[in-house]
Amino acid sequence: MLPNSPVFPPVSSTLASKVDAIFFFTLGVSVLFSVLIVATIVAFLVKYRRRHAAEPGQEITGNTLILELTWSIIPLGLVMVSFFWGASIFFEQSRPPSDAWSFHVYGKQWMWKVEHPEGKREINEFHVPVNQAVKLTMTSEDVIHNFSVPAFRLKMDVLPGRYTTAWFKATKTGTYHIFCDQYCGVDHSKMVGKIHVMEPQDYQKWLVGGASAGGTVASGEELFVAKACNTCHRPDSSARAPVLDGVFGKQVALVDGRTVVADESYVRESILSPATKVVQGYQPIMPTFKDQISEEEIVQLIRYIKELKPAGAATAPAAAAPAAGGKS
Amino acid sequence: MSGDPGETNYLNASHGIGSWLLTRDHKRIGILYLLGISVFFVLGGLMAVLIRAELATPQGDLFSSDVYNRLFTMHGILMIFFFLIPSIPAVLGNFLLPIMIGAKDLAFPRINLLSWYLYMIGGVMTFVSLLTGGIDTGWTFYTPMSTNFAQGQVIVTAVGIFIAGFSSILTGLNFIVTIHRMRAPGLTWFRLPLFVWAHYATSIIQILGTPVVAIAILLVGAERLFHIGVFDPKYGGDPLLFQHLFWFYSHPAVYIMILPSMGVMSELVTAFSRKRVFGYHFIAFSSLFIAVIGFLVWGHHMYISGQSVVAGAIFSFLTMLVAIPSAVKVFNWTATLYKGSISLQTPMLYALGFIGVFLIGGLTGVMLGTLGIDIHVHDTYFIVAHFHYVMVGSAIMGYLGGLHFWWPKITGRMYNEFWSKISALVIFIGFNTTFFPQFILGYLGMPRRYHMYPAEFQTWNVLSSAGATILGFGYLLPVIYLLWSLKFGAKAPANPWGAKGLEWETSSPPPVLNFDTPPVVTEEAYAYETSTPAKEVTVGV
Ligand code: HEM
Ligand SMILES: [Cu+2]
Repeated sequence: MLPNSPVFPPVSSTLASKVDAIFFFTLGVSVLFSVLIVATIVAFLVKYRRRHAAEPGQEITGNTLILELTWSIIPLGLVMVSFFWGASIFFEQSRPPSDAWSFHVYGKQWMWKVEHPEGKREINEFHVPVNQAVKLTMTSEDVIHNFSVPAFRLKMDVLPGRYTTAWFKATKTGTYHIFCDQYCGVDHSKMVGKIHVMEPQDYQKWLVGGASAGGTVASGEELFVAKACNTCHRPDSSARAPVLDGVFGKQVALVDGRTVVADESYVRESILSPATKVVQGYQPIMPTFKDQISEEEIVQLIRYIKELKPAGAATAPAAAAPAAGGKS
Repeated sequence: MSGDPGETNYLNASHGIGSWLLTRDHKRIGILYLLGISVFFVLGGLMAVLIRAELATPQGDLFSSDVYNRLFTMHGILMIFFFLIPSIPAVLGNFLLPIMIGAKDLAFPRINLLSWYLYMIGGVMTFVSLLTGGIDTGWTFYTPMSTNFAQGQVIVTAVGIFIAGFSSILTGLNFIVTIHRMRAPGLTWFRLPLFVWAHYATSIIQILGTPVVAIAILLVGAERLFHIGVFDPKYGGDPLLFQHLFWFYSHPAVYIMILPSMGVMSELVTAFSRKRVFGYHFIAFSSLFIAVIGFLVWGHHMYISGQSVVAGAIFSFLTMLVAIPSAVKVFNWTATLYKGSISLQTPMLYALGFIGVFLIGGLTGVMLGTLGIDIHVHDTYFIVAHFHYVMVGSAIMGYLGGLHFWWPKITGRMYNEFWSKISALVIFIGFNTTFFPQFILGYLGMPRRYHMYPAEFQTWNVLSSAGATILGFGYLLPVIYLLWSLKFGAKAPANPWGAKGLEWETSSPPPVLNFDTPPVVTEEAYAYETSTPAKEVTVGV
């Protein structure tokens, strides 16, 4: 093949080899079946060619039920193998390992913005260390996008108003394409990026060097003050709103009797439409921050709230500390 | 174009434009559809050629991104809603269904004419929206792209599709009532040709599915105008809701395109093997099974959309089930050839071509239904290749095979055998050259709906564009020799293929009321004289 037209994409993540394996299984079965059927048809065409104009075909007699059942059940068995195997990969892909580093990705017409656990940001470039599980929490600022890295066999939709997650562990250093696979408007085909897989020490060097592409942003803690969240959510007797320390990941009881888990989506919803799920024991007095806060700022706040330890524990670390796993 | 002078048939019974535009004869309405559909196919095809020309190079050198997006959107909309969905049912089904069951017409002839007008009004509106700027949403109209961000005439296009949807619903209703109420004496359900069974199953999908997409598209319009907050998260809506509504119709819609084609296949394979189809009951019921289960698998378009993984697993499981009846049909057609008396005339060549491309289309469908694989190829050119194999390869192969098979019946003229065989061959080669490279592009990771692409993908794209040129010529050939046959073709006898079925017992072209004497059916479908005494085949039903 010509050097610029490979037949096969690079295999550069733990997921890639798994997807390839099941792909080759289904491909093999498909080729086998197609060859068998086409060969049978060709043989019949030659053998039973019509010789005289009036010649009729010969009926197949006897009980054909067994035959029909056989060729229904064998394909059924094969597709079930495909189903269970495929589902096991899919489930694994939906559960990031606990030691994964946490990155945020934002889709925006027409660019990818990435934020590292330490807060460093880039646009259409994405540096990651090799052999390290990386979890992506993704959201969109406008339409639906799709974050795709063919070399990792990885793909996930990125939606406005929701968080979707994906994870990967790159196994080979190098530079690979990031594409947007969901049609997202005029410059859809320009919404591309590069992911650079680096040796861990190179990644560390890259992290400390150079300015962050997105400029400096307020930390979650600063935002918490700047947006005046702290005027209500504070751990003293005059608090008019629930204390947020240690709330992240816990069950929260609501006024209507339901409970919800305080995850990313819940925090985001509470910021944007606070009256939807009001916590038991409080009045729905919180103002909405809709249109006053960007998706990135929301994530800053979520990250800050995540790190608030329950009262009594060590004081909450500010934005300097990386998320779970951190840099080694 | 008519039979013997003096002999009246549906074509020469009355004259003038008015006699066509106000006709209630299902045969004439079939011809009206044939004209409309051909026009939209040519328009959609021209856009395909432009798209492929642009993709011959990695840069966007022919059009701006905006124009490119409008081109592929309109290509998709015209091909799906105005060509593929109506093609076989509205042309061949309209013409043949009443004749095949020995009826004088469809149950509601006026509604049939109304359906054609709705179809044309919808088509013209959509085309006007193109002339006045077009739209850039993709034929899938995903929100919030289509509701808040898209440019152009989204509302006009949506209304056009909405109106055409009624045409589809009414045709389906008409077919179902006709099949239930108007069969000739002696024509029991299990003596029906499989073409009729296929249309029965298709009609069920049309009347159950179309209203859902009609409502979804209406809601897109409402959201766009009034921000009512169904789909847009900014107003409390859910962007995935649209995808659910859309695919609830649009997945079964794939079967609206392929089931009638499978019905044609069963007719062709039996006629040109001159024997009873193998496993009649299995084929008949597999159509119904596909129609019903087809409604439960829409979520396989949404594995990575943000729906839950459990939902993904359930949809994947059900998808696997639909693969089986499709596979069974292929086995049955193959078995029908066994000990047949096989003649490779043009319709049969198309039938064999169908099996070839449907194998690839169907098997890649199983791959896409498999969860782990879809994570990689979803929304890439692998998808584009797959759906063109099923819809363009298989559905159009069936349509062309059927059109050739029944052309003598419809027009009373024979076409040129040499050129028709050449066209079948050119189409098969052109089709595979165009779309097979796209599987490779997809696995390499090239996303669909890309106006520009990284240079390393170019080789396969050039091959694909070259194939499209061949395919274009392949589609052009039938237009020429079929039109030619109208004037110069030999007169067709009533039954040029020696085939079975009521439509071959009446003259070519048929008289206005289809039969000179009302037929009575005394035997099952495909009862060819066999050289061994026909022992009753007991198939488990
Ligand atoms: C010469 C024949 C054809 C060629 C070369 C061709 C090529 C293409 C290409 C390049 C795309 C754009 C894919 C993308 O960017 O995602 C496309 C989309 C599509 N084509 Fe075709 N096509 C052909 C014929 C047809 C026919 C005959 C039909 C249906 C009857 C059809 C149905 C569609 C549909 C439904 C889409 C999707 C549009 C969308 O993404 O919104 N195509 N085709
Ligand atoms: Cu995008």
